[in-house]
Amino acid sequence: MATAENFVLAIGTKKGLWLATSQDRKQWSVSGPHFLMSEIPSIGIDTRDGRTRIMVGVRSEHWGPTVAHSDDLGATWTEPEQGAITFPEDTGAAVERIWQIYPDAESRPGVVWAGAEPISVWKSTDGGEHFELNRGLWDHPHRSDWGAGYGGAAAHSIVVNPAGDNVHVAMSTGGVYRSLDGGESWEPRNKGISAYFMPDPNPEFGQCVHKIAADAAVEGRLYAQNHHGVYRTDDNGENWNSIAEGLPADFGFVMLTHPRREGTAWVVPLKADGERIPPEGKLAVHRTDDAGATWKRLDTGLPKGEYNSVLRDAAGVDSSEPAGVYFGTRGGTVYASADEGETFAEVVSHLPDVLCVRACVVSTAGLPVPETAAARGA
Amino acid sequence: MPDISVVLPSILQPLAGGQSILTAPADGTVTVGSLLDSVTGDYPVLARRLRDETGALRRYVNIYVAGDEVRRLQGLETEVSPGQEVLVIQSVAGG
Repeated sequence: MATAENFVLAIGTKKGLWLATSQDRKQWSVSGPHFLMSEIPSIGIDTRDGRTRIMVGVRSEHWGPTVAHSDDLGATWTEPEQGAITFPEDTGAAVERIWQIYPDAESRPGVVWAGAEPISVWKSTDGGEHFELNRGLWDHPHRSDWGAGYGGAAAHSIVVNPAGDNVHVAMSTGGVYRSLDGGESWEPRNKGISAYFMPDPNPEFGQCVHKIAADAAVEGRLYAQNHHGVYRTDDNGENWNSIAEGLPADFGFVMLTHPRREGTAWVVPLKADGERIPPEGKLAVHRTDDAGATWKRLDTGLPKGEYNSVLRDAAGVDSSEPAGVYFGTRGGTVYASADEGETFAEVVSHLPDVLCVRACVVSTAGLPVPETAAARGA
Repeated sequence: MPDISVVLPSILQPLAGGQSILTAPADGTVTVGSLLDSVTGDYPVLARRLRDETGALRRYVNIYVAGDEVRRLQGLETEVSPGQEVLVIQSVAGG
């Protein structure tokens, strides 16, 4: 008899973290808030090593940023006393915000990457309890020319290939940087990605890439949602080609890829830089199953009118079959799909702005009893 | 000489073992910076809530000495006298 799957959805918002649990990805029990009045811009769920560890980037306007983790699905949280991510003294820098927490591959248990503001990449080898600054990127000669997007100057996307030698980082603004030696040295890889807002729209670096994600099955293939423009590379970032045709808009923040299947990715288009709303106020996810050659509009179960945007990390997938797709809006509504986006159902609404969403599959024994629960759904 | 007291807001007291007031001896010249070093030595999480890793006071953390916010005085170099009470107060900010 197959083991029943249970699902945990972690929802980071502008004012705290909520956790939702479900056995069918349709009915959800929601608990929270955790870290009330602190924003949660990043979440990493690490299911390696026989445990489920939820790591969160926490940031209080008053008390600053930190990283906490829970090994009991939110019942208790631990914050390393000296801080998980702090700049070495010689840098003269201070962490402003943790933008990304990225557990590495199954074959490298304990390794967790992080991206932060100011633009920096970090690596932990103890499951996210302590991180070390990546000096190669920190000392990069381009640093003084990198800029800040509206949300700040941050490394927000990290993608590591299965072998662990190829690491891609995306930053706003700066674009995509690639390391072929596991993070020791970095070079920009933005050929083909437009920076229409610069005097030279095709610079070596300086692009405002909003999110990158790797194809699950094709080595060297990545997808990018740019600040206008949706792209794919098939040669490990050497060349990027537009795959925006067929989308209602090429602006957006989200880029998700399937956990296993080649060529499948999801985006959530927004109308334009100047009008950051779903096109015509109609919220829809778009999925490609052929690496961007064609796109399918997916809006079953979504509201007919929606003027809130979906931020870069406010979307995620789970590892089940079929894959679950999740996203939340700046209006505080979170949607889940148990069928790869064909149909969505509301998980919870009226939360603060959703900044980050991550989902995982756990065993029944690991499910917590919510302190406050609101069962929703059909 | 009487100790110097640092009064914490309630939200930070759990990070100081539940204490609302931390004290430090007034030995030699005491500045706000050295005072914070002293009283947060056993409470590193509290220390990180007040100052970032460069030692700078966080933007929305206000510290008052004799009724004046230290940014209007000499910042963390502001001297504190024996027996004085130093107040840590979070700024009214946010939305």
